[in-house]
Amino acid sequence: MRTLNLLAATAFATALSVSSAFALTVGFSQIGSESGWRAAETSVTKLEAQKRGIDLKFADAQQKQENQIKAVRSFIAQGVDAILIAPVVATGWDAVLKEAKEANIPVILLDRQIDAPEDLYLTAVTSDQVHEGKVAGEWLVKTVGDKPCNIVELQGTTGSSPAINRKKGFEEAIAGHDNLKIIRSQTGDFTRTKGKEVAESFLKAENGGKNICALYAHNDDMAVGAIQAIKEAGLQPGKDILVVSIDAVPDIFQAFIAGEANATVELTPNMAGPAFDALDAYLKDKKEPAKWIQTESKLYTPADDPQKVYDEKKGLGY
Amino acid sequence: MAVPTIVRERTPQLIVLAVILALNAVISPGFFSIEIQNDRLYGSLIDVLNRGAPVTLLAIGMTLVIATKGIDLSVGAVMAIVGAVAASLITSGYSLPATLAGALFVGLVCGLWNGALVALLDIQPIIATLILMVAGRGIAQLITEGVILTFNDKPELIFVGSGSFLSLPMPVIIWIVIAILAILVVRRSALGLLIEAIGINRRASTLSGVNSRVILLAVYAVSGLCAAVAGVIAAADIKGADANNAGLWLEMDAILAVVIGGTSLLGGRFSLVGSLMGAMIIQSLNTGILLAGFPPEFNLIIKAAIILIILIVQSPASQTAMANFRANRQTVAVKTESREHAAR
Repeated sequence: MRTLNLLAATAFATALSVSSAFALTVGFSQIGSESGWRAAETSVTKLEAQKRGIDLKFADAQQKQENQIKAVRSFIAQGVDAILIAPVVATGWDAVLKEAKEANIPVILLDRQIDAPEDLYLTAVTSDQVHEGKVAGEWLVKTVGDKPCNIVELQGTTGSSPAINRKKGFEEAIAGHDNLKIIRSQTGDFTRTKGKEVAESFLKAENGGKNICALYAHNDDMAVGAIQAIKEAGLQPGKDILVVSIDAVPDIFQAFIAGEANATVELTPNMAGPAFDALDAYLKDKKEPAKWIQTESKLYTPADDPQKVYDEKKGLGY
Repeated sequence: MAVPTIVRERTPQLIVLAVILALNAVISPGFFSIEIQNDRLYGSLIDVLNRGAPVTLLAIGMTLVIATKGIDLSVGAVMAIVGAVAASLITSGYSLPATLAGALFVGLVCGLWNGALVALLDIQPIIATLILMVAGRGIAQLITEGVILTFNDKPELIFVGSGSFLSLPMPVIIWIVIAILAILVVRRSALGLLIEAIGINRRASTLSGVNSRVILLAVYAVSGLCAAVAGVIAAADIKGADANNAGLWLEMDAILAVVIGGTSLLGGRFSLVGSLMGAMIIQSLNTGILLAGFPPEFNLIIKAAIILIILIVQSPASQTAMANFRANRQTVAVKTESREHAAR
């Protein structure tokens, strides 16, 4: 049904673009659909294009760079007005980006940065992962005030850049507040199962959870797993142990509604909106955007009408 | 002194398990304390039994497959498929019995597929099961449409993963019951013997009248069923089917459990009790590492190092060395004794 809607939307957008002589044609090379967030990014990009009357040509690379390069070359051959790439890896883009530059087609990177000379692309729209961690940390600092607070941390996959950066940002935010201390930090691999298992061990190791005042998870899925572990230990997540995480996927809003989570920082799937705005300014007024456009890392709490946000997000394909 | 055979045969595993549990108790003083929380037993030891459920179940099926000189790499992917099936059935409004039946049926079909490739087409097991290992997560993704399919409002299915019966978590009860059933079936009938015969020499056993095709099909089917139960438990535990991560790499833990349990990858003699202990050893290790509070970068290194030590202790070379050492001491003892006799 969802696919049908999208198809209809795309068809509608195509019809629009045919009728209007000024409409842009933009090619979008997406990595694939490995996660719910990725699926949401795809549907938001399609919606944003439709809203602006842009004819979006979509190519799914199924996690392979060679497919992305092929897609970009075919966009160049079709003579599109601009190209969006969500790059699957950071290296190996120079040649194809030069081809796009020679064809005078601006390229915008979505969601990830690459290792290539800056003049080869117009701009990159990404979130700042360190900032995400910082927003989460600042919320906790503000919420606990002067009370002593022992924090347990569920890290993402060891060595991955979101895990490193979200840890760093959080630590920066609580630095200088001696009442806040990270007493345990362990990886939960970004998954619910591991999040639950690791949270169980935290609870056992810290006097049945009585020593723990807050739990910080590098993504919502681990927080959802940890919430179940806290409940099974006979404590109330959200009250006895504060829960703060990052991503803002729909399921954390269900936890908000149940009063079991306290805050999440959004990794917005809307990278295309700012990209299209920058493109518009560039094509119309020849205004060069900055090389990096940072998306907003919005903080959500149960005060933000979680039911409404949940309903909005649920339709995006998370 | 009458030591039961089972204890004598599994002495190395028992010692390893005891040592690891003792280490855990040193790391975390409350390790052995068990209390009642929300009408259920609560403590680290219960966590080991509970979290170990998926690997234990996989190890039961894996033991039988390995005993026939085979291997089943697809069990982790089958867990993901079955979890996805269970979640989509229950969210489409089917009752719990229908959901469980559907999920187990899918697991059985996956197992029979592997069995057919191995027994009927004579494809080598490692390749035959690799196919489903690779394709399985894709199939699971198709079923869940790429999202984590949650069923927060289906307490009956959640009960399978996080409910409790007689104060014990459901997963623990399920794996203990299935383990007892499996042990009774293979050891109270000739089935275990026939499986071992196929593992030692399939051609010879076929020639002496063993229907090796049917038995091979059956062991892979059982492995698929065990993976199905593990998949339902894993999904019910987190109230959702995570096609990307459910059962990820658990086939490796299951194979490791079987090997630590003393069953050879070359087939033949097998021990289900050994594999269960192997699974418990691995889980005690995992839980211990989590309780220890080391930085996560060390998790895998510590686990690998301890497993290496276990395998070295169990290796044929060190077993022979141990046996020689014992024999020498006995001869020395006998000699001294006879000298004492002579002196008298």
